[in-house]
Amino acid sequence: MPRPRVWRSAEGLLTLPALLFYLGVYLYPLARIVGWSLYDRGPTLKFYRAMASDPSLLHALGNTLSISLLSTALCLLLGYPLAYLIATAAPAAGRVLMLLVLVPFWTSILVRSFAWIVILGNHGLVNRALLAAGLIARPVRLLFNMTGVQTGMVHVLLPFMVLPLVAAMRRIDPNVLRIARSLGAVPRRAFLHVFLPLSLPGIAAGGALVFLLAVGFYVTPALLGGPGQITLATMIDMEITNFLDWGMAAMLGVVLMAVAGVLFAAFGALLGPRLVTGAE
Amino acid sequence: MLPCRVKLRDLQEPMSRRSLSEPDGRVAGAALALRGLAKQYAGASVVDALDLDVAAGEFLTLLGPSGSGKTTTLMMIAGFTPPSAGDVVLNGRSVTALAPERRNIGVVFQNYALFPHMTVQENVAFPLKMRNVAKPEIARKVTAALHLVQLDGLGARLPRQLSGGQQQRVALARALVFEPDLLLMDEPLGALDKNLRSHMQFELRRMHATLGVTILYVTHDQEEALAMSDRIALMNGGRIAQLGSAEDLYERPHSRFVAEFIGETNVIEGAVAEPGVFAAGGVRLALPDRAARAGAALLVVRPEKLALCSPADAPAGFAGTVRGLVYVGDCTRYRVEVAGGLLLTVQTPNRRDGRRAALGETVGIALDPADARLLPG
Ligand SMILES: Nc1ncnc2c1ncn2[C@@H]1O[C@H](COP(=O)(O)OP(=O)(O)OP(=O)(O)O)[C@@H](O)[C@H]1O
Ligand SMILES: [Mg+2]
Repeated sequence: MPRPRVWRSAEGLLTLPALLFYLGVYLYPLARIVGWSLYDRGPTLKFYRAMASDPSLLHALGNTLSISLLSTALCLLLGYPLAYLIATAAPAAGRVLMLLVLVPFWTSILVRSFAWIVILGNHGLVNRALLAAGLIARPVRLLFNMTGVQTGMVHVLLPFMVLPLVAAMRRIDPNVLRIARSLGAVPRRAFLHVFLPLSLPGIAAGGALVFLLAVGFYVTPALLGGPGQITLATMIDMEITNFLDWGMAAMLGVVLMAVAGVLFAAFGALLGPRLVTGAE
Repeated sequence: MLPCRVKLRDLQEPMSRRSLSEPDGRVAGAALALRGLAKQYAGASVVDALDLDVAAGEFLTLLGPSGSGKTTTLMMIAGFTPPSAGDVVLNGRSVTALAPERRNIGVVFQNYALFPHMTVQENVAFPLKMRNVAKPEIARKVTAALHLVQLDGLGARLPRQLSGGQQQRVALARALVFEPDLLLMDEPLGALDKNLRSHMQFELRRMHATLGVTILYVTHDQEEALAMSDRIALMNGGRIAQLGSAEDLYERPHSRFVAEFIGETNVIEGAVAEPGVFAAGGVRLALPDRAARAGAALLVVRPEKLALCSPADAPAGFAGTVRGLVYVGDCTRYRVEVAGGLLLTVQTPNRRDGRRAALGETVGIALDPADARLLPG
């Protein structure tokens, strides 16, 4: 089918500013970073070799991936029922719930991370309450470990899971669910055979979004994690602020992007590209 | 799992053939009764104490203007909406408290509501799967059901790869394959074009005759209702305005609403002043029904029951001037202004020997009082 004429004429030019902006602000820096990672007084692969031979870097990569996957799973676990509640609630109640989900966006990540330190610390709210209730004898470590990191990250990332899920669930025709019941499906089977598969695009979109954001997270793991939760983002920060090694930092950035891209592609191949990109 | 009242029939026989070879080999539909069924939304009555009996195997249509409560009634029967009061009785057993999946009722919506992520085959197999029917039997029944709706060979397609008419057939096959006691259809042909619509009307009638399932059909299209139904319940404002055959509703309307909703009609507002005489302005008409009660009354008469005649032969007040004229092929419609500025529509067949009139001509209107109906005003 030939393109509609508008696309070949003047209106097409309207995309030009956006295109130039994208080229200048996104593609150009990205190309520079890839360039840095391959150059040190001449083309070199030495940064990539350093990565392969440095256990601490590989460890950080592993940490990044496991933290991100766990955050994504926890967000899905918490976000799916929440999204279901919002999508199926009466419109007024749905708006209020949605607002509550969005409230965390009103403060900065930094503030929220420090707030968690106040709440989860050894003398924080949670531990004091548990001690007072006599449930524990000495403070439980909730900070500077995986628990702290996940608490902070899920808090920040949950809306990115809930929003696409709600959108996908609201697109499900209520008549389809009614029909499933009338055809003999008890609520559990109607959910498993009809609602859940039809909400898959939301799971895929929310999962992809949360995972990609989590992979690049810096503040929360750095503030709420311990030595066991050092991520690639933390390593990048160290390479630049401590060693001024832009080549290493650029290489780590490229590796992070490549790994995320590969996982994303694998995810897409598994679920079908339609689900991941959301296109029909 | 489900109490399957009707023995699952040997659907491996193509159903159309079965109907020919075993004319009495039918799936008996269930009798449906609504007892004082009511629904209020925020205090507003949407369905108002509905009483209705649908005989086993009957094709009954709920007809009515938009917002008259047809869909709400259907939703309550299917179990999707809890009624505010009243009972839904299927084969003598109240199902009001049962969940939709326990009612054994097939439902077809205007928007088809197919499962978009399942193939045609999986869609049709769904109710059987939910009933834990054995796999080979599912395959057999799905094939037979797809044959019934003439979709043989399309089982592997996804719903979005089908035309609207084909999707509607899948919805129908899916609603019939588990041999429901009752089939509910809410404007199932509403999204189809006119030709396909009349074809599907015919098909539905054929399937109804073949299967003997009880059908409660919802439409706001009166032609469709007249063409398809054994009986029609005409709804207005959440109540049944009149229940009867197509002929009952057309020929013997009980109220002005019924007369005006079904087909075209002339309504003359007047009164019965002396026994057996209807008077309105200059109009005076002796009625066959001498028992008509005195007081305000409406005279209702269909345009095709009127004819043109010479002014001298017309009953008192039934002469006037032709103000409008529309030729519609098989007949011509005249708007005649009679005494008192009243406009009457007269429809005459276009026959060679028929009487014609021109715009502005003075004509009489011939009327057999037996064709007119007197309603309380
Ligand atoms: N969930 C609801 N909440 C409030 N009012 C409702 C609800 N559902 C339906 N109504 C109202 O009930 C009335 C009847 O609606 P219903 O859908 O039964 O009409 P209908 O006869 O099917 O009309 P149509 O021919 O347009 O489909 C309408 O006035 C509608 O606004
Ligand atoms: Mg409706």
